[in-house]
Amino acid sequence: MSFMLTHRGCSKESSVRQEDFENKNKTLWNAYDRILACLENSDSGRDNPLGYSFHPDDFPPLYRKVCHHYAVALSRQYSPALVTALHTRIMAGHRKIYKKRTHHMAAVARFFSVTFPSTFRANFTFFILALALFILPFIGTGIATYLNPDVIYSIMNEDQVADFEYMYDPENRNLGRTPDRQDDRSVMMFGFYIKNNISIGFRTFATGALAGLGTVFSLVYNGVILGGVAGHVTRLGFNQTFWPFVSGHGAFELTAIVICGMAGLILARAIVAPGNYKRVHALKNTAPKALSLVLGAAAMLFIAAVIEAFWSPFSVAIPVKYTAAALFWAMVASYLLFSGRGRPFWI
Amino acid sequence: MPKLDTVKKYETPEGVVIRLKIAGPVSRACAWLVDLAIKAGLCILIAIVLGVLGHAGQGLILICLFFIEWFYPVFFELYWGATPGKKSMNLMVVQDNCTPVSFTASVLRNLLRAADFFPICYGVGLVTMVCSKDFKRLGDIAAGTLVVYDTPGRVVDKITEAPAKQPPPDLRVNEQRTILDFSERSLYLSQERRIELADILYSVTGKKGEAAVNELYAYASWLFKGK
Repeated sequence: MSFMLTHRGCSKESSVRQEDFENKNKTLWNAYDRILACLENSDSGRDNPLGYSFHPDDFPPLYRKVCHHYAVALSRQYSPALVTALHTRIMAGHRKIYKKRTHHMAAVARFFSVTFPSTFRANFTFFILALALFILPFIGTGIATYLNPDVIYSIMNEDQVADFEYMYDPENRNLGRTPDRQDDRSVMMFGFYIKNNISIGFRTFATGALAGLGTVFSLVYNGVILGGVAGHVTRLGFNQTFWPFVSGHGAFELTAIVICGMAGLILARAIVAPGNYKRVHALKNTAPKALSLVLGAAAMLFIAAVIEAFWSPFSVAIPVKYTAAALFWAMVASYLLFSGRGRPFWI
Repeated sequence: MPKLDTVKKYETPEGVVIRLKIAGPVSRACAWLVDLAIKAGLCILIAIVLGVLGHAGQGLILICLFFIEWFYPVFFELYWGATPGKKSMNLMVVQDNCTPVSFTASVLRNLLRAADFFPICYGVGLVTMVCSKDFKRLGDIAAGTLVVYDTPGRVVDKITEAPAKQPPPDLRVNEQRTILDFSERSLYLSQERRIELADILYSVTGKKGEAAVNELYAYASWLFKGK
């Protein structure tokens, strides 16, 4: 026995054989495993289908004991199988105890009333920057195509030009629809707007992680295309159709795309100019903030898709269209500027 | 312990160290391919089922495609800890602190796939994975997540029964541990391999062949439970 004391450490306790250690603690480990199995089935452990009754408060002390056993087993150089078994146990327990919990409905309500609009306001500089990247090309190409009928063909090809000329031709009674999308296909167009527009928003955001190049490209590109179309159509005199059509959903759609760009620029800032942090940490710190902007923008794009599919194409008197559009813009602006200031209304 | 390893250590608030095996680009690429096949199958299925509904059906198909494209991994990561493809490769996604991946993190890491995929087939993602610690692509860095092997541990963890015999007194602790490990692992080894391994310790046991194997079993038994 004497050499064991020297080789396995000095304290008396450390001479405990692995078998004795296992026998002594087996009951505790089994209880731990059973509670863990119940917790796997339901998080609170209250209505566990395994029929093993326990109180959720029983678990943390057991967990701490097993952690202690793991540390002891490691320091006493017990066999790898025992160490692995205990390691598996503490890993599963750690996942249960330290899991991040959110109350989903409350979190959603809080997100839209406070988090999203206040994050927007807190990063207003990025919004201005994204807006400039979108609106300057928009105005530039808009003026160019308005003044010169040939410019539009250097932006897109003839088929595309013919398509959108048809879409906004006052002779055509189905606004915003190309010839092959003639009849009333609102649901189809709704699906198309969801897939196309929200994907563009997500990509505009995500490619901000490429040092902002993707975001800048996306904003400028969309500005050029939309400005080109707007200028060209206005020059053709389709004012009765184009502006009433786009002004409504544009409130949500264009603002949301610029907000996605803003979120992309926030990611880019973390990579290009991380300040006092390492790039990796700067990215990790700012990404959740940027994400809340994108999720808010995605919800706005969803609203835009509803309006674009089920309201914008229908022929209503033009003053009504413009009134609705003014209302939409006022809603978006007041939501982003005022929601979530001060105390929430339900408290 | 070797310094060059793919094991990441995380110290819990209880003061014990959890060891995670980080997954590399190859197994993750395989998982991605499996997921790609599943997603393609899902899309075809949805197209067939909803295709009969005409134009409204087309709209619904597009909405489904949108959700499959962006939220298929988010859904499975939140409810299963991994997508079916990752499950098939025995991988899972965890937070940096070894807890299950949160909603924010899962959405972030999956939206940023668009950047990682650039310019083609995860070019950026591969470069960042190779350059960063813990094989993280951009999405993992931003979300603070890790892709690790989900190791269930060995199922059979019994040492081989043998009459106990005291090992030579000059074995160091890690050497004792190796003998225990040999005894536990021998279930998974062929007899030839056991002999081959036991023969290496000729200087310790003074025996060759099957006798050496049994000698090691006896030492392990002694180390495990004493006389």
